[in-house]
Amino acid sequence: MNELPGDLLFTKDHEWLRREEDGSVTIGITDHAQGALGDLVYVELPEVGQDIEEGGEMAVVESVKAASDVYAPIGGNIVAVNEVLADDPENINSDAYGDGWIVRMRPAGGIDESALMSPDEYQEFIDNLDD
Amino acid sequence: MPFIPHTEKDTQEMLKTIGADSIADLFDEIPAELMIEHLHHVPDALSEMEISRLMRERAKLDGTPMCFIGAGAYEHHIPTAVWDISTRGEFYSAYTPYQAEASQGTLQTIYEYQTMMTELTGLAVSNASLYDGASALAEASLMAVRSNRRVKTGRILLAPGVNPVYEQVAAAICGAQGLTFERLPRDSMSGNINFEQLSDGREPVAVVLQQPSFAGTLDDVDRLTNWAHAQGALVLAIVNPISLALLKPPGQWGEQGADIACGEGQPLGVPLSSGGPYFGFMTCKQKHVRQMPGRIVGRTTDLDGKPGFVLTLQAREQHIRRSKATSNICTNQGLMVTAATIYMSLLGYEGLVSIANASHANTTALVDGLCSINGVERLFDGPFFHEVALKLDRPVAPLLDRLAERDILGGFDLTSYAGADALLVCVTETKTAQDIEAYIAAFADVMAASNVKSG
Repeated sequence: MNELPGDLLFTKDHEWLRREEDGSVTIGITDHAQGALGDLVYVELPEVGQDIEEGGEMAVVESVKAASDVYAPIGGNIVAVNEVLADDPENINSDAYGDGWIVRMRPAGGIDESALMSPDEYQEFIDNLDD
Repeated sequence: MPFIPHTEKDTQEMLKTIGADSIADLFDEIPAELMIEHLHHVPDALSEMEISRLMRERAKLDGTPMCFIGAGAYEHHIPTAVWDISTRGEFYSAYTPYQAEASQGTLQTIYEYQTMMTELTGLAVSNASLYDGASALAEASLMAVRSNRRVKTGRILLAPGVNPVYEQVAAAICGAQGLTFERLPRDSMSGNINFEQLSDGREPVAVVLQQPSFAGTLDDVDRLTNWAHAQGALVLAIVNPISLALLKPPGQWGEQGADIACGEGQPLGVPLSSGGPYFGFMTCKQKHVRQMPGRIVGRTTDLDGKPGFVLTLQAREQHIRRSKATSNICTNQGLMVTAATIYMSLLGYEGLVSIANASHANTTALVDGLCSINGVERLFDGPFFHEVALKLDRPVAPLLDRLAERDILGGFDLTSYAGADALLVCVTETKTAQDIEAYIAAFADVMAASNVKSG
């Protein structure tokens, strides 16, 4: 498995967050998550402008064998969604941390980093899952 | 003899294992006053020979009435081949099969059915069918809420022509999920929507149009569809599949077309059978397919490149999505759909057109004849398909009773729906000119024999 990008934060639900310079936060699912789901065939995206609470349903990713909800790791307003995923959901499989991003949110409040994991912590987390 | 595989010895061993003396002991916790020793009014068991004889005698009492009732279920001629083929052992099951892909013939039949329904309704996708027309509306309403997520009101607006029974069923199924069903204003002359009184700003999640309407009228579905889309609502079309041989398919209504079409599939080769089993159909635009309930059969190729059929988009369904499934419908009305597929295959497009034309012509003849009788006139103006509401100058129920004595089922009593003495009549291709004349003559007789005041 490749090195995890150093500028990301991770959740136990296998989502990643990246703080952008304009104050927004980009969110996707991790490479580990896409690997577990298998080939993705569909991504259901939220509406731009929609407010989502922390822990609320943000998106649905569907593979040939399962469909999983993606829960918002932070609360806020959706400022952008990755429209390309509507036609090319496999971007999540090929580039989970790049072209496979799912939404960009403007956080409603501060981000509680203590609830999130660094790349090293997340690596340890998934290594232990495999045991 | 009950068909229970356990021997007396098996039963005794099982009782011994769990420490009970008798099967009756297992029901000990039921209070004695709730136990019924004897079923009153239920006669003793009859032998097969006795019950056959009884049922034959009772069947005779039904007679062979001429039926002019529609109101949601329609008598059409069903070619003998339809049920001869449907009841072959290879087809004879109510269900989509378990191990579905092992039953390629069944899946292909459903695939052909879906193809025909999409062609009839002018929409991109069809599911493998639902239970009946009314529950199909309930499922379409829930689907609209899932698909039109921008609208949070849960408000479904119903055109005046929507079958009142469908509304009751949809409200019963969807009410607990926060959906409300409200009627749009009716124009008293046409029976259709009153565009003058339509008010914007109610934020409906969906608008339901029925064409032809419950009272048989044809609404301006193009204008209504455009209005509904301008309100941000999805358009749900309830249609009679036979009528689509003549009328514009929902996929072409207005500028964008209806989003979802549903309805009762019974007219396509399923006998009236005192009310069921029937089947519901549902088709939709491609963009809503992931919110569609029920099973969908797709065509694909196998490893060797040969065509084959599969259940597709199963990630929507409850065995995969669990509590988040689009619906809990994991079967279809397989046998009814098989009959409908064979029916449509036998008739073809021209056959459906000729049935629809003959039904319309027969209805026109009957209505012209009935309206020449004093005290009978049309309740609403405007064009119709094969069903018309008539306004009478006296109560309807006694007239229907008199007609029944003459072996004529004269129509559906529309009085409570219309708020006036009104009768809904329907004529399909099954009636001859003589049948229609006989009904008109009988109707004139019972009108002449009854009194306007006393009914």
